Amino acid sequence: MEPIIEIRDLKKVYKQGDVDVHALRGLDLSVDSGDFVSIVGPSGCGKSTLFNILGGLTPPTSGSVHIKGHDLLAMTDSARTDLRKKMVGFVFQKYNLLPTLTVEDNIEIARHIAGDYGKPKDPSFEQALDMLGLRTRLGRKPKQLSGGEQQRVAIARAIVNHPAILLADEPTGNLDTENSELVLGLLKRLNEETGQTILMITHNPEAAAYGHRMVKMRDGRIVA
Amino acid sequence: MRTALSVVGIGVSVAMVLTLVGVSQGMLQESVRQKRGTGADIMIRPSGAALIGFSADMTAKVVPVVREFPEVALAAGTLVVPIGGVNSVTGVNLDEFGQLSGGFRYIDGGPFRNPDDVIIDDVMAKTENLHVGDTLKNMLNRNWHVCGIVEPGKLARIFLPLPLLQELTGNTNKVTVVYVKLKDPSKTDAVVNEFKQRLGDLKIYSMEEFASLLSIDNIPMLKTFIRVVIGLGIIFGAVTVSLAMYTAVLERTREIGILKALGASPAYILRLLLAETALLGAIGALVGIAFTYATRSLMNEFVPSMTTVIVPELWPIAICAAIAGALIGAIYPGLKAAKQDAIEAIAYD
Repeated sequence: MEPIIEIRDLKKVYKQGDVDVHALRGLDLSVDSGDFVSIVGPSGCGKSTLFNILGGLTPPTSGSVHIKGHDLLAMTDSARTDLRKKMVGFVFQKYNLLPTLTVEDNIEIARHIAGDYGKPKDPSFEQALDMLGLRTRLGRKPKQLSGGEQQRVAIARAIVNHPAILLADEPTGNLDTENSELVLGLLKRLNEETGQTILMITHNPEAAAYGHRMVKMRDGRIVA
Repeated sequence: MRTALSVVGIGVSVAMVLTLVGVSQGMLQESVRQKRGTGADIMIRPSGAALIGFSADMTAKVVPVVREFPEVALAAGTLVVPIGGVNSVTGVNLDEFGQLSGGFRYIDGGPFRNPDDVIIDDVMAKTENLHVGDTLKNMLNRNWHVCGIVEPGKLARIFLPLPLLQELTGNTNKVTVVYVKLKDPSKTDAVVNEFKQRLGDLKIYSMEEFASLLSIDNIPMLKTFIRVVIGLGIIFGAVTVSLAMYTAVLERTREIGILKALGASPAYILRLLLAETALLGAIGALVGIAFTYATRSLMNEFVPSMTTVIVPELWPIAICAAIAGALIGAIYPGLKAAKQDAIEAIAYD
């Protein structure tokens, strides 16, 4: 079976003033569909850059990156925007919910952007909503929710369009131990029950252990 | 708060436009009402006279000539002299005018008795806080004694005896308007045509025709003025919205980044902001219309001589102009938002 993510010799160079910053220095990675991969490494090792490239937020400099057969290097800005609509779901450390919208609208806006607004939701998403325990929170605003609840809303928003991959960037970074375990448990269930492919950045070895496998990064490369 | 201030800003510009148009329209309507209040069927004006204003005079000899026509029941000449601003004083022969219009209805006082007597209407009395016996100061370089206050709506707001005004202003044997009452008003059109043939270059109007001509559309200067005011309103609205939306875009940098991370295209972001702006413009316009009622009340209270009316037919234009101004103002902040880098925006605090 062809991997859902296929990365070969990926390089990313940023310009910082007149200085070139080599964030990724020839990275190779394959991820199969349904995998749950934890990516660990020290700050500045290129984890976030890898996520930004996989999420279509920034283009690679060279190498090849394929998600479900789509070549990211060949994509225009507009094509990468389309990629984010349905192919990728993001979960951020700071939740990044829209503060003026209710929980339901925070989820619905992702469908609106993807052009699915008004269409009936997939039954599997309804099940996920129950699994995330958000059914009774739909009318609330983010500030009325705990950090753990906000992160669960962010997960719901990330999976509402059934993305090929879910990218979670330090999803427990702002949570206490109890909520961290809850969120990580939910990600694991999501992966096991729906087959959702997940890539998770974390500093926490305990959190990383929730994945099927752990990938270590250093200096823009995968070292283990 | 920012949104509320934007709405108020747009509302003020809309109210400014609608109030200025309302004042212009009100003055014209009042002018028509005053002319109709004379009871005349036909007006005769000098050849060079503009539709509004009293820039030309004609010989008073035209009055007896007009009276010779068999269809004419009465004819009365008046002299109108500007006295600054939008005010003017009208010289009138009270006997002639009384026969024509049924005479003034005096609220207080009575007709001219002394050479320094002046009659004013109730609106002018309230505006200047004058009563019978008071002095109307410095009109035509003289002080005048208010001898009578009359009901408004007939001819003008300030009256002097016709010969006195002619003499004072060096217009001896001259008049500005001749009002004609016919024996049979149904023959007005025929008599107007006859006057046009026999009175040379003089301007002849039936009262109906004059009333229909006295609109903003027929007065080029006023039309231009209103266009300028609408233009200024659009610019003011655009600047207000531009500042507000620029601040909004800065405040929402992170939210815009989130939307971009979810796959929102620059066009989607721009559309979102323009839709919000259009709504802001529409609400601002409605607030401006509401403000117009308040400004009318204030004008009627403090400047009753400047008749102000509500002009509902201008509302669609005002709403469209407010939305257009707001959208113009939102273009730059909108493009700035659309071009934001998603990664930097999400990291923004």
